[in-house]
Amino acid sequence: MFEATNLNRRNHQIQWLFKVLFGMMTLILIVPVALILGVLVAKGGPAISMEFLFSMPRNGLTEGGILPALIGTMWLVGVALLASVPVGIAAAIYLSEYAPDNWLTRGINLAIINLAGVPSIVHALFGVGAFVVFAGFGASILAASLTLAVMTLPVVIVATRESLQAVPMAFREACWNMGATRWQTIRIVVLPNSVSGILTGIILEVSRTAGETAPIMFTGAAMFLPFLPQGVLDQTMALSMHLFVISNSIPGMSEEFKYGTALVLISLVLLMNALSISFRVYLRGKKKW
Amino acid sequence: MWRVDLADRSRAELAIQVQKLSLWYGNFQALFEVDLDVKRGSITALIGPSGCGKSTLLRSVNRINERLGSYVRATGSVHVLGHNVLGEDVELARLRRQVGMVFQRPNPLPLSVRDNVLFGHRLHRADEKFSKSQEDEIMEAALRQVLLWDEVKDDLGQRAIGLSLEAQQKLCIARLLPVKPAVILMDEPTSALDPQATEALEHLIWELRGDYTILIVTHNMAQARRASEETAFMLLGRVVEHRRTDALFLTPRKQETADYIEGRYG
Repeated sequence: MFEATNLNRRNHQIQWLFKVLFGMMTLILIVPVALILGVLVAKGGPAISMEFLFSMPRNGLTEGGILPALIGTMWLVGVALLASVPVGIAAAIYLSEYAPDNWLTRGINLAIINLAGVPSIVHALFGVGAFVVFAGFGASILAASLTLAVMTLPVVIVATRESLQAVPMAFREACWNMGATRWQTIRIVVLPNSVSGILTGIILEVSRTAGETAPIMFTGAAMFLPFLPQGVLDQTMALSMHLFVISNSIPGMSEEFKYGTALVLISLVLLMNALSISFRVYLRGKKKW
Repeated sequence: MWRVDLADRSRAELAIQVQKLSLWYGNFQALFEVDLDVKRGSITALIGPSGCGKSTLLRSVNRINERLGSYVRATGSVHVLGHNVLGEDVELARLRRQVGMVFQRPNPLPLSVRDNVLFGHRLHRADEKFSKSQEDEIMEAALRQVLLWDEVKDDLGQRAIGLSLEAQQKLCIARLLPVKPAVILMDEPTSALDPQATEALEHLIWELRGDYTILIVTHNMAQARRASEETAFMLLGRVVEHRRTDALFLTPRKQETADYIEGRYG
């Protein structure tokens, strides 16, 4: 009496069809990633050498290395982080732990979502107006980094807020019921248990910042500079900008150099992602629940 | 805060004195002019069907109802050790030091056993200096009092969340003790536990009477009979009957009480 009927068989067939369909979609998803990496490694790999990584470009960028761009990207990312992380985390803590649920909070949340959706070229124009011209920083690392910081702020806020809210409410209530203030609760229970998520969010954000071109193009990144940046008010080269320039505007540029630069940029990003993932795994192992 | 005027002196005989307490959640009235006296050092059980207001009454004593927002309104008074806790000048941190609470689900903090037990102590006595050995003594005394010391003494650094539910619930009681609360509120403290653990907890609660005043909400009438000295039966936001536990269960005066304890509703 338990044999499969035609209806059962048809159901099984349909179910198999969907499984295969969804599986194929998943495969399609990883094809571009694999292709990009494969092509970059194959075409750019031979360009990578100590000289390529650690020397100044020569002969109209067509020879030598990418050192100033590499260093410049680190400057930009570092200063952007210094600006966006404290503000972003503080704002996220306020929104998650203190803010009452009213129209103002909802408005702020809406603004954050919208800020995340602003195209990067618009951020670039904002950066020119606000930091280069109005604040008087000129085209500089400071102006470019602040532009990147404004752009990344919503992501830092959202990542932090989500990690904070992943800490079960019961822990907070247990703390409050013992007579702890909100801040004591945040310091003793909430932050220690969300720090892994916060750091991961930040590192992932860094990797996005490293790849941005538009926001730094008008605010501080230069096509070519014969020196390394000495301070935040200097202009700088950057990997993303460098890649854009050598792919577009330099005749006679060797393919190897272009792919090599792209490979360095993507390796930097992947390295940071890997770092953040291993960090998360490590901290999750130490989690107390 | 905690002003003592002479009129309040007589009230100090009682650990908790609720007078004409009415409470609304928005437009829904959950408590209707409730009166309840709880003697110092006694165990009082609150029983009644779901939604009768017993948890609301319990949570009014340490004012954690208010966390639900401004739509919770209360009139009347709740005196703890002779002081009205619904008054304007009550510091909630000090109120919750005096009135500890234990919940349905054990809620140890994501810290070590040691840090859990010392949590309230460190919170409320942060302006005093304690050496590590003093802290150890305080911790050991609390863990011994909840009969948990032998189970955890070999690894006090272990995560509290990893303990059995029974041990977690004992720990949640232990962490109240170092600050010597006058009152411990318990909201169905054994309902997440198996029968054996329940028995162990009831035993512990019984041992704590005298030193602490305990107000316990329970759905389990057998528990009320076993582990309380007085019982208040609540129905639809009112206290119907409040007497010695044996008297209430043997010879209930009100028909509603009799119906409830015989299991006709609830």
